[in-house]
Amino acid sequence: MTSANSDLRTPANRVLGLGSAKDGVGHWWAQRLSSVALIPLTFLFVIPLAGVIGEGFDAVRALYQQPYHAIIAILFLAVTFWHHQQGLQVVIEDYVHGKGSRTIMLVLNSLVTVALAVIGIFSVAKIAFGG
Amino acid sequence: MSDVNRGDRPLSPHLQVYRPQITSVLSILHRATGVGLTLAACLIVWWLFAAATSAEYFAFADDILTSLIGQLILIGSLWALMYHSFNGIRHLFWDAGYGFELNSVTSSGWMVVIASFVATALIVLIA
Repeated sequence: MTSANSDLRTPANRVLGLGSAKDGVGHWWAQRLSSVALIPLTFLFVIPLAGVIGEGFDAVRALYQQPYHAIIAILFLAVTFWHHQQGLQVVIEDYVHGKGSRTIMLVLNSLVTVALAVIGIFSVAKIAFGG
Repeated sequence: MSDVNRGDRPLSPHLQVYRPQITSVLSILHRATGVGLTLAACLIVWWLFAAATSAEYFAFADDILTSLIGQLILIGSLWALMYHSFNGIRHLFWDAGYGFELNSVTSSGWMVVIASFVATALIVLIA
C-alpha cells in the first residue's frame, strides 16, 4: 500500500474508486458473478438437454413440463445471455476501433442478447405452462 | 513528443512471431469458444422456440440439429462449452490469487484440456 502522503489522487477520486477508465470494477465484478452462477447452471441445464435431443417433440416438451427443469432452463438462459452480453462487450471493445462502428456493435450486442434471452425463456415457459 | 523517427521505429513484435505456447493458445481458445458459444446458444434458442411453436416446426428444426452436420456442430459446441466452463473455473482461481506459478499455470491448462474432452465424451455417451 502507498501511504496517504505519496498518493497523488484527490480524496474524491480515491473514495469513488473508479480509476482512469471511470467505471471502476463494476463490469469486471458482474462478469465474475455471472461466471460463478453458470458453473452449476451449465451442467444442470446441458445434461438433461443432451438427453432429449434426438428423442423427439414429446420428449422435449415432457422435460420442460417438469417445474424443476423449466426453472433451471429459465435461470440458465437468463444468466447465460447476460454473460454473453458481458463477454461480447469486452471482445467488441478490444477489437472494434472505429467510434461509430463500435457504438453500433455495442448497442446491437445489448439488444440482441436480451431478445435471445426473452425468446428462449418465453419458449420454455410456454411449454412448462402446457401451451 | 517530437519524434523525428516516426514510422521507422522498432515495433512491438506482432502476435504471429511468437511460438504458440499452452498459455497463449488456451487464452485465445477461451475467447474463441466464448464467441462461438453465442452462435450455439442461438441455435438452441431457435430449437426451443420451435418446440414451443408446433410439432411441424419442431420437426423441421430438429431434423437440422440432428443431421450429421448438425450433430457435429452440437458435439463441437458441447466441447466448447465444457472447455470454456473448466477454463473459466481456472480463471476464477487466478482472480482469487491462486495458481500463478509457471508450473501450475501449465499443469492446470492441461487439466482443463483433458477435462473438457472427458466431460464431452461422458455427456455424449450417457445422453
